[in-house]
Amino acid sequence: MYLMDRDDANSRNHSRFSDLGELDHPTGFPHDDAVDLSRNSIYNMKHDDVSIVSNINLGGLNSSIEIGVGEGVEVDARPLMFQKDAGVVTVASSAPLGNGNFENWAESVIADSQQTDTSTDVENDDKTQFRGAHHGTIVVVDSMDHSKRTGDQKTLRRLAQNREAARKSRLRKKAYVQQLENSRLKLTQLEQELQRARQQGVFVATGYSGDQIHPLGGNEGQFKLLLSSLIHGGPSHFYEAIVRKLPRAFVLCACLQLTEFHCSLISLLMTMFSGALAFDMDYARWLDEHQRLINELRCAVNSNMADNDLRLLVDGVMTHYDEVFRLKSLGAKSDAFHMLSGMWKTPAERCFMWLGGFRSSELLKILGNNLEPLTDHQLMGICNLQQSSQQAEDALSQGMEALQQSLAETLSSTPLGPAGGSGNVADYMGQMATSMGKLATLENFLHQADLLRQQTLQQMHRILTTRQAARALIVINDYLSRLRALSSLWLARPRD
Amino acid sequence: MHYQTQSWGGYMAPRNMSVDPLERIQKLASENAVVIFSMSTCCMCHAIKRLFCGMGVNPTVYELDEDPRGKDMEKALMRLLGSSSAVPVVFIGGKLVGAMDRVMASHINGTLVPLLKEAGALWL
Repeated sequence: MYLMDRDDANSRNHSRFSDLGELDHPTGFPHDDAVDLSRNSIYNMKHDDVSIVSNINLGGLNSSIEIGVGEGVEVDARPLMFQKDAGVVTVASSAPLGNGNFENWAESVIADSQQTDTSTDVENDDKTQFRGAHHGTIVVVDSMDHSKRTGDQKTLRRLAQNREAARKSRLRKKAYVQQLENSRLKLTQLEQELQRARQQGVFVATGYSGDQIHPLGGNEGQFKLLLSSLIHGGPSHFYEAIVRKLPRAFVLCACLQLTEFHCSLISLLMTMFSGALAFDMDYARWLDEHQRLINELRCAVNSNMADNDLRLLVDGVMTHYDEVFRLKSLGAKSDAFHMLSGMWKTPAERCFMWLGGFRSSELLKILGNNLEPLTDHQLMGICNLQQSSQQAEDALSQGMEALQQSLAETLSSTPLGPAGGSGNVADYMGQMATSMGKLATLENFLHQADLLRQQTLQQMHRILTTRQAARALIVINDYLSRLRALSSLWLARPRD
Repeated sequence: MHYQTQSWGGYMAPRNMSVDPLERIQKLASENAVVIFSMSTCCMCHAIKRLFCGMGVNPTVYELDEDPRGKDMEKALMRLLGSSSAVPVVFIGGKLVGAMDRVMASHINGTLVPLLKEAGALWL
């Protein structure tokens, strides 16, 4: 008869469990899948009671894991079958081996109890019950009558079962160690990836040597860099709390889960945000560099630098402009709507923006007043440039309107409203497919708009002399800076 | 804007069938000062048409999706341009100018207007 006396359980809990602990840590720890975990039960070992609670779901990170004494043992409790066998009641589980059966756990415990010689007290009881079946799932009852007769048999059986339990726990330990190794490998791989990404991030930070690195890789690298610093810097206190409170086994468990969670979180965030966030970061950096170059140009113009040297600076700014258009085209490829939304611009800029950027004709109008003296030829050139950029802008705007109209027509081509809801699925899918195609042309419009801006700047550079071009670039920058300053003032304005 | 849906009469049809699409394109392009190959559903084509109209030019437009031989011509244009989108394509004075980006670039750098004047599509 296998029984656990309440008092004995108290005093021996710890030693018994520590024995258990040596045999196997969380038994049958299925790490392959976090979902698996939720299907297992936990044996809740409280200080003053051996209670068996079944079917508590671990349920991922959010569930609270009840741990008693300090050793948590996770065992799979599948439907249990009870056999009465000549006064010996064994609990046989229908669960497959290697998954931490109740049987084995119970037997290990009981085997220990045998070894620690407490059974004599227990055996003498007439009718005792296996305590703590709080949730009423497991009750093991002995029958006193047969105990003496089958004493030897019991011992033999117990020994056999001990051996069996030890063997199984060795197997489980092996499997668990294997899982640990795999997860450690994953961790190191992740670390390596982050290291690489960090290096890539450094490349982007030091200069726009974009032709040397794959640009998108650079953006991703930056983003990974940002994330890695967040991960390493951020929840460390959380990890410490876990380590302090939970037993080793659970810490490992939690770490493994978190690693997987982080892996999937990183990949999810990267796919979602890499385009938009990466562009925003790149643009901010570009803007800082641009300001620096313009200030340099300003000093040069004010100090009446020689034309040749000035030309170098002007060419530098023009090349730097090419860089922003390259960044924008990358940004448009990953997230055209983000570029069109202008969320990467300040509010005032955003309000007056056209198709994902500044309006060239507007800038040229501003320039016209600030560039004299211009020769007649130059004046004509600037006027023509302003006119042609205006015409191109209008054409693209009308194209966009046509696109919007076409999209509206497509989306309303199948009946709408309460009656039309039960329409043909094939029609709906076809409608969506056509609309997707139309949306794809949005990217093309954005591209053409950026090309227009770039070409207008280049033509302006061609028409003007070096000194005039320098002044023009400074004027453009100053105007946009004022617009940005206006945004800041507006955002900080006192409201009643 | 002139929309040409049928450039050949019915009795000419048999001879037409053997004409190489590229040849047909060249033939059509040389018939008018400004020729645009387009598709009625394409919004970029709409933009390019509006660009020329805004300049006061009267281009001849061929909608390939309304032409029985449009598919072949579309493929030929794709090969000609070396890009995945065949339309819009602009010919001025029988010579290929290109797609939207080339047209816009030439307009910005001031070469489009002289080209148009030369072809007789624009008067000052």
